[in-house]
Amino acid sequence: MKKLLLTTAFLASPAFAEGELKVYHWFEYIPEDLVQKFEAETGIDVTIDTYDSNEAMLAALKAGKLGQYDVAVPADFMVGIMAADGMLDSYTPEEMPNHANIAPQWMDVPFDPARTHSIPYQWGSTSFAVNRDVYAGDISSLAIMFDPPAELQGKINVLDSQNEVLILGSLYLGIPQCTQDRAQLKALNDMLLNAKQHWASFGSDIAKDVLVSGDAAAGMIYNGFSAKARAEGANVEYSYPKEGHVLWMDNVVLLKDAPNRDNALKFMNFLLEPENAAAVTNYAAYTSGVTGVEPFLDDAIKNSPENNPPAGITPGVFAQACDQETQQLYDAIWTNLKK
Amino acid sequence: MAGPGNIPPSASDTGYRSLIGPLLLPTWAVIGIFMVLPVLLMAVYSFLTKEFRGGVIWDFTLAAYDQFFVTRGLFGDEPAQIEWTYINIFWRSIWQAGLATILCLLIGFPTAWFIATRPAQTRGLWLFLITIPYWVNLLIRTVSLKFLIRDNGPLNESLMAIGLIDGPLPLVNTNLAVQLGLFYSYLPFMVLPIYAAVERYNFALSEAAADLYASRWATLREIVLPVVKPGIIAGCILVFVPSLGAFLAPDLLGGAKTFMIGSLIDEQFKGSQGDWPFGAAVAMILMTLVLIVLLLYARAQTRGATR
Amino acid sequence: MKGVRYYPGFLPLTILCLVVLYAPLAVVAVYSFNGSASITEWGGFSLRWYTDVFTGPEAVRFGQAAWNSLTIALIAATTATVIATAAALAMLRAGPFRGRQASFALINLPLMVPEIVIAVATLIFFSTIGLTTGYLTILLAHITFCIPFAYLPIAARLEGVEGTYEQAARDLYATRAQAFRLILLPLLMPGVISGWLLAFIISLDDFIITNFVKGAGMETLPTAIFGSVKQGIKPNIMAISTLMLLVSVLFVTAAYLINRKGRQAPATPGKTT
Repeated sequence: MKKLLLTTAFLASPAFAEGELKVYHWFEYIPEDLVQKFEAETGIDVTIDTYDSNEAMLAALKAGKLGQYDVAVPADFMVGIMAADGMLDSYTPEEMPNHANIAPQWMDVPFDPARTHSIPYQWGSTSFAVNRDVYAGDISSLAIMFDPPAELQGKINVLDSQNEVLILGSLYLGIPQCTQDRAQLKALNDMLLNAKQHWASFGSDIAKDVLVSGDAAAGMIYNGFSAKARAEGANVEYSYPKEGHVLWMDNVVLLKDAPNRDNALKFMNFLLEPENAAAVTNYAAYTSGVTGVEPFLDDAIKNSPENNPPAGITPGVFAQACDQETQQLYDAIWTNLKK
Repeated sequence: MAGPGNIPPSASDTGYRSLIGPLLLPTWAVIGIFMVLPVLLMAVYSFLTKEFRGGVIWDFTLAAYDQFFVTRGLFGDEPAQIEWTYINIFWRSIWQAGLATILCLLIGFPTAWFIATRPAQTRGLWLFLITIPYWVNLLIRTVSLKFLIRDNGPLNESLMAIGLIDGPLPLVNTNLAVQLGLFYSYLPFMVLPIYAAVERYNFALSEAAADLYASRWATLREIVLPVVKPGIIAGCILVFVPSLGAFLAPDLLGGAKTFMIGSLIDEQFKGSQGDWPFGAAVAMILMTLVLIVLLLYARAQTRGATR
Repeated sequence: MKGVRYYPGFLPLTILCLVVLYAPLAVVAVYSFNGSASITEWGGFSLRWYTDVFTGPEAVRFGQAAWNSLTIALIAATTATVIATAAALAMLRAGPFRGRQASFALINLPLMVPEIVIAVATLIFFSTIGLTTGYLTILLAHITFCIPFAYLPIAARLEGVEGTYEQAARDLYATRAQAFRLILLPLLMPGVISGWLLAFIISLDDFIITNFVKGAGMETLPTAIFGSVKQGIKPNIMAISTLMLLVSVLFVTAAYLINRKGRQAPATPGKTT
């Protein structure tokens, strides 16, 4: 057995003199040349593994991957969850020279007050986009998703993500998140069940693809994804609905038991460099949380309608992490929707 | 008539009886350590208390099974009733996997037959021809299949071009597409075992039947099928069981509008529900069902072998 | 009148079968030569994605991943086939014995457990016993879940092979090993090949389990490409897939040629004609 262990250890971790960095990241979310730039600047060998949802990352870390990676990129509410579970390490601003580059409005956030576990990566919004060739009418309401006009019925893709669908549904009905009010939850449940008959599919990864290919004429989508769909030739318009939209921020966190803590801090510091943060934004089409990125942004990204909501729109809301008892009610609604 | 002189040579005649231990040891060791132990762990998990958002708390409870079979309404304060939600999900998955198995059998059997009746030198080539597509990842194949059958995809466009249909056939996000996807995912698992059995079939039997004026199809039914049955059963197991837990085809081609067993379990581990004990319990119930079916089959087989 | 092997409709069904199997791949192969980056528009014939596969920023990663995938699939399929053949001999050639049913259930266990459950449970198990995740853990997991896929075709074949051939050989003073090697194994070969092929493609295809039990940075082809396929296939992935098809065709051709050379020897028994 001992020999077996030695062999595995040997196969698993070849040593690098310059040190290494293990990143656990969303797929398709960091440009390859930026990683190479970091490697060239620091001599650190970077390994990136990917996941496809916040929850998938959490499950893998909980099942035994914590201690394998240095940094991960959870969304706002997930930072809070991981911090509460003791899965994050903390740092001091002195350890990170570029810490002051964090945009002021993203410095003191509820999920990480004063930023001691995480740094902003990208932020954006979730609402929906409509193919204007199919439907030219008013798209300023979430009714497009939940009570769609005849032209869009049966041609809608919704995100296969409990959080986003239930929050957008709650916004549409004007009820708060994490409510325990029975009448409100019942109304949400009934509204969703009724809306489902007009939906063609559930899917998150495919949200852009279905709009580009024409499989769906409208769909819930992240703003950067919608911008990419437009760039790929789909005549889609992203809506900032009057009922509100979902806001989110992905953050680079320092994981507990990080095998290369120093390199992780170098990497986070690197990502707070405006030029590098802008490179991510140019790639992902969202918005950076770093000051001073504007000179480095592509014009198409800087001026995109998806990233520049018109004045006077209803502000977005962040997802709240409900307590266990309340969350169970929302879980039941979601199961009910997909049963 | 099985008279005294007619008993088939008993297995010990070929000398394997004394080797049962060594022959089965690798199987027991590998599956015992790397599958049974993890599965036992999951079996234990299914009786533990769920930790909020993934993980378990070591407090024994039947809550996961209770959640599967009993409902007390959305708010948990109505009188207990049978929970049909998950039973329906099981039923839907079983139905779907069963259909896919029949489809694979209907097309896989003739294919296997055709291959087994080619000249001996070319059979291997045909087998490879069936398996080559599987060198490309299932996800890629499924996405490409979706591309082919979508409303403005090549299939519909060419059918419309030759005037066979006026508007596109709605295929994507239908059960038909899911069936096609499952068929596409698992076809070789039907063809290869049947091929292995048919290849062994003694065609003199068919000739004898033909001499006795049996029709082609009567021969197939009465003579061939009983002989190649082990291959058909193996193929059906290899298609049906993985189809039960499949979620790539149902999600990508069917639109993921309803849970299947596979996506229900996946949601418990990788989705926002993060309910590991419940996911484990659903898996245990699924395994128990499959195990019962397989053991019934094994028992029938044993009875056949010792007859 | 046509021979007893002929059944009307079987040839068209076989062709239908092959068309369904290959049509989506034709899409992949054609679009791998697309000059444009989008699957929805044709940008003229181009080899740029093939250049990208070999010289692009991810060339090393993809090459390593393809190598890992192929070696793991080869080793896992071969090991699983050997294990499964041994098990099949015990299950079907040794008569009834205590624990036969349990063994049957055990062999099929990997088939019955949903993949995500195997994935999570195995990762927890590996980290509990302190096994560092990496190449070896992927290999162990693959061997395990390949066993039933190898076993079922082999066992199905073995059931159809009577004991009389071996018995005759034994009566002629062949040792047990000789009887196995010279008589039973050739008779069993179609089942062994079928089982090996199924195990091979199952290993080559696996994503869910591999993704959990692999160590950081240890990629197989499915884990390396999954992300860029889920959001719609990128053309460089199509180029890789087409290359994999090419490798498989080369592999098959080589096997065929070697096999034909070997066939100069007298035909193996079991070709009942």
